[in-house]
Amino acid sequence: MLYNKSAVYIGIVILVILLTSPFWVGLFGHNYTSTGITTPKDQATCIENADFMRAQHMRLLNEWRDKALRDETRTYVATDGKKWEISLQNTCMRCHTNYKSFCEKCHLSNSVSPYCWTCHIIPTEGK
Amino acid sequence: MLESLLVVLLIGAIAWVGSYMGLTILFGVILPYVAVCVFVIGLVRRMVYWAKSPVPFAIPTTGGQERSLDFIKHDKLDCPNTKWGVVVRMFLEVCCFRSLFRNTHAVSFEQDPVSKGPRLVYYSSKWLWFFSLLFHYCFFIVFLRHFRFFMEPVPCCISFIEAVDGFLQIGSPRFFLTGGLLLVAILFLLCRRIFDQRLRYISLINDYFPLFLLLGIVLSGLCLRYFDKAEIAQVKIFIMSLTHFSPVVSNLDLNAMFIVHLTLVCTLLIYFPFSKLVHMPGIFFSPTRNLPTNTREVRHINPWNPPKQFFTYPEYEDRYREAMAQAGLPLEKQPNQKPAE
Repeated sequence: MLYNKSAVYIGIVILVILLTSPFWVGLFGHNYTSTGITTPKDQATCIENADFMRAQHMRLLNEWRDKALRDETRTYVATDGKKWEISLQNTCMRCHTNYKSFCEKCHLSNSVSPYCWTCHIIPTEGK
Repeated sequence: MLESLLVVLLIGAIAWVGSYMGLTILFGVILPYVAVCVFVIGLVRRMVYWAKSPVPFAIPTTGGQERSLDFIKHDKLDCPNTKWGVVVRMFLEVCCFRSLFRNTHAVSFEQDPVSKGPRLVYYSSKWLWFFSLLFHYCFFIVFLRHFRFFMEPVPCCISFIEAVDGFLQIGSPRFFLTGGLLLVAILFLLCRRIFDQRLRYISLINDYFPLFLLLGIVLSGLCLRYFDKAEIAQVKIFIMSLTHFSPVVSNLDLNAMFIVHLTLVCTLLIYFPFSKLVHMPGIFFSPTRNLPTNTREVRHINPWNPPKQFFTYPEYEDRYREAMAQAGLPLEKQPNQKPAE
């Protein structure tokens, strides 16, 4: 026999709803099966290899920011020895021209809001 | 203490090795589903078990004056005598940990000028209250932040929490305050057990294990965000496939640390219903907290008392009237007089 039946049932229902929320909240939006990202077609590799860029691009950009603005170093030597100019506008965005189909694709759906664009201008359209 | 650390490390190591052996299906799909089932069913079973247990005595803990005569001031927060008052006390207990706020720390003095001899003094000690509050709220916010992996599109309230959480704008990915504070709080709770001699004496493996497990989860989580980074887009695809019951693992590149993190979380979920961590629903079932302090107004009947077989005096007299009359005992009602006399 259960004591305080109604309160216990309400409690159990609330608990189960809360605990299973990761499963049912997903049903409100849509499924997320691919990033839908478009990488530049005319380039074989980025500055470093793709795995590194996917995982560490934010760190790289942060280091670049510090190097360019605080140390006034404008050259980055990649692991393969190639030299790159440290510049978001002139290096990154030369290939990754479209903000909407590149940066925003992952950032928006993973709720990442980098503060690149508090200083830089968001590229609205590809060249 | 060391054995619980070793168990957590072992679980992590097994998951780490497993992810390299291509056992992602086992650690990434089967284990989470099993863990969620064990967690939900285990907690519900535990709650039903508690709800079935009778409360023989009214044992609300009192932290103030019970309602009494009109001119005696009633402490409404600590000694509520109504259901609504209990709701308020419960709310404050769950959200502010008021009973931990009353925590004291005993210090004994060999030679004290007041008592001119040994003396025991209880000082107020808010550390436990502060750090457990910090721990629980940070954990809650970290849990909420994870909903960005469960929802597409991410609702603005989650983004808002992240914006506030990362308002210091340190580094990229932005440093989240709650992650760091959670680590600090867990380390405090752990150090408290290790370095306080009295506490260490009463601490068991089931006190250390959840702490080390949570430490493992937090460290692996921080590691995933700041050091050995997981690709969150891939992680989200994977997590969404799990919550939509169509798991995809084959073409995803999930890093080993992510599998370790997931496995430790699953261990927590499986361990949860059988450990002291069930205080989450348990607090609502504590008779010391959820009973109104109205012991002078309402008689608390023990629910397992058997139904009483009352044998009242009139019934007694009805049964033994003849014999009592013959013995000459006084009777309330005389036996029927024979018509002859």
